[in-house]
Amino acid sequence: MNLLRAAVLLALLCMVNLTVAAVPMPKLDIGKGGQCVEDPKFMRKNHMKLIVHQRDETMRQGIRGGKYSLAECVNCHSSKVDNSVLGSSEHFCQECHEYAAVKIDCFECHSSKRKVIAEASK
Amino acid sequence: MLKNFAQSETRYFYALIAFGLLIAAAGLGAAHFMEEHGHVVTGMNNQIVWGMPHVFAIFMIVSASGVLNVASIGSVFGKTPYKARAPLASLLSIAMLAGGLSVLMLDLGRPDRIIVAATNLNPTSIFAWNVLLYNGMFALAALYLWTMMEQRMNRWSKPVGFAVFGWRIILTTGTGLIFAFLVARQAYGSALLPPMFIVMSFAWGLAVFHVVQSAMYAWNGKTLNPAILKRMKNLLGIFVLATLYLVAAYHLSNLYFAKQTAFEHFILYDGGIYPYLFWGGYVVFGSLLPLLLIYLPSLTKTPASEKPGGVVAASLLVILGSFSLLYVFIIGGQAFPLSIFPGYEASSSFGDGQIASYTPSLPEILLGCGGLAIAFLITAIGVRVLDSLPHDVPDRRKHEAE
Amino acid sequence: MSDKVNLNRRQFLGKASAAIAGIAIAPGMLLFDFAHARPAGEAASSAVRWGMLIDTTQCDSGCNECVSACGKENGWPEAKSPTDVQWIRKVELKQVSTGRQTSLPMMCQHCAEPPCVDVCPTNASFKRADGIVLVDKHRCIGCRYCMMACPYKARSFVHEPVLDHNSDMPRGKGTVESCTLCVHRVDRGEQPACVEACAKAGHRAILFGDLNDPHSEIYLRIRSVASAQLRADLGLNPGISFVGL
Repeated sequence: MNLLRAAVLLALLCMVNLTVAAVPMPKLDIGKGGQCVEDPKFMRKNHMKLIVHQRDETMRQGIRGGKYSLAECVNCHSSKVDNSVLGSSEHFCQECHEYAAVKIDCFECHSSKRKVIAEASK
Repeated sequence: MLKNFAQSETRYFYALIAFGLLIAAAGLGAAHFMEEHGHVVTGMNNQIVWGMPHVFAIFMIVSASGVLNVASIGSVFGKTPYKARAPLASLLSIAMLAGGLSVLMLDLGRPDRIIVAATNLNPTSIFAWNVLLYNGMFALAALYLWTMMEQRMNRWSKPVGFAVFGWRIILTTGTGLIFAFLVARQAYGSALLPPMFIVMSFAWGLAVFHVVQSAMYAWNGKTLNPAILKRMKNLLGIFVLATLYLVAAYHLSNLYFAKQTAFEHFILYDGGIYPYLFWGGYVVFGSLLPLLLIYLPSLTKTPASEKPGGVVAASLLVILGSFSLLYVFIIGGQAFPLSIFPGYEASSSFGDGQIASYTPSLPEILLGCGGLAIAFLITAIGVRVLDSLPHDVPDRRKHEAE
Repeated sequence: MSDKVNLNRRQFLGKASAAIAGIAIAPGMLLFDFAHARPAGEAASSAVRWGMLIDTTQCDSGCNECVSACGKENGWPEAKSPTDVQWIRKVELKQVSTGRQTSLPMMCQHCAEPPCVDVCPTNASFKRADGIVLVDKHRCIGCRYCMMACPYKARSFVHEPVLDHNSDMPRGKGTVESCTLCVHRVDRGEQPACVEACAKAGHRAILFGDLNDPHSEIYLRIRSVASAQLRADLGLNPGISFVGL
């Protein structure tokens, strides 16, 4: 009897979770779009590792022109509307990070805006 | 009165804990406020980079080390009355170290990067060494406490006591070296600082221990054996004198160098609040008055004249003096301009050649008090849970305590 | 005309033109070597040591061009309060014994033995191979120990959130920063912003170059004109030297 109750409860919980978990995947404003430096699936999993590795090479060894430049990511992926990757749930970086509930630390220091337009607005 | 107290003692205790939690929460709130808005909400700026939080934190860290001295006198130097005090001393040391480190870590510009600090250690940085030394101190003090509380481990308490003694001499030296290694400022960069910090730790640690011990005795309706009180009182007097000696040596030798004279003039004579705090706060109220309270009753030679209240007052005054001295040392030392262009008078938009001004802000003071509250909470809950009230041998063996 | 006379005249003309060219070029303060960017993918090298020679006799007391240029280039606003950041500042000096007045720009001295690097607990403050002392903001925890240690008061702490980022020069609240010798420009083969601004303003007080390159202007000039490092007694061997102090 207890086993039956447990099984029913478990089934109910699963159903609830499945319905609740049916949150739509983010629809991204990819900015310029086109070909990213790597495949999107690879990037979703590994972009943080690429950025972390590259930053030490650039910062500490002075190696410029790396493939995984954060500034270049921002240049491409900034919204065409306001040239930013942050600002609302539709912006590129913010949307997925909100979905995954991972705080972004980069833009405390790095510019979240496309470079060319940022300079022109000064 | 005593009966009433005993009845509602638990309630009083919970009220005390609630009060401590309130202050700790205020401190954490202040830290959050500082992290959210940046340090612009504090009184610290690009001239005075370390302020009130550091005064509180360094007091707590130095005292934490010194409090263990009480235990060391027992384990290392074999004095029995001090052996009984070792558990309380260890607990208090852990509590104060935790409080001081909390303040330091919460004052960081990026407190979310503590993990970075713990995993990227620069071997030439005394701060990095301190990360290891302070954590080691926690571990050793906890181990020491265990050897004393766990009967089967009692035989290890002496060797662990030795280790604790050695470790904290290195730790306090490390705290003094934070400043001793700074060649940039005229207040620092002196080899006298590590020994000065060690002696200060003896004085302040003993003062803090005595205040806490007296509070515990009063709470439990006990009185301290006058012979033990006399010993501790005299020891405090020696430590206060020793600190005065080293502070005097530091200032006198500085005064001798022509290039340091302007700085000494600033600290001792015309620097505004700093001479007041130094002479009034540290020398008179923090050293001379306690010495009077400690030695004068004996000088008048009245029997059993050591008033317990007088010694507690002396201890509290020593603590007041310590805050004054640290304020002058840390903040006064930064207020005096750097000597970048010897032989020239300098002025600029960045404070060159000018005395920097500093006003402690509420978030800083709350953060410092929050650290004290954390130390208080750990101590209060610790003494409630652990058997740390010193168990002195009964009076009939008084001659042994002498 | 005999060949011998022709040969002598040619030789004379050749030597004369060489001499005139040399006279014309040498004193005309060439502020930069023929600059070249470091190729992409190549690390900074210790064969190079970037430095500056600042001529205080050319520095104009009322001029603030270097300070404004640095602020604009690196994204920090004009300083109005003691909590504001200043990577470079103009210092007015008066010699105590003589009363003589002078002024100079003051920034991070990019020492060869930087005390800020020694004291940094996380290795955030570091010296790049080519001598530029930088703060790695990824590691800076904002403890401000480097600010206590710097004898030149070169460093600033960012006391407020940064609102307008320059994508070439990341900077953020809660970290420490100082003059980077415009490392992003130097790596592209350009001059630091203050050097360019000073030249544009007509003073040419700041000379920038590779202290290790025997053909560079700074190498030659620093060996021909009396100059001094600030607080040379501290043994830090700064990369910045001053003429006229």
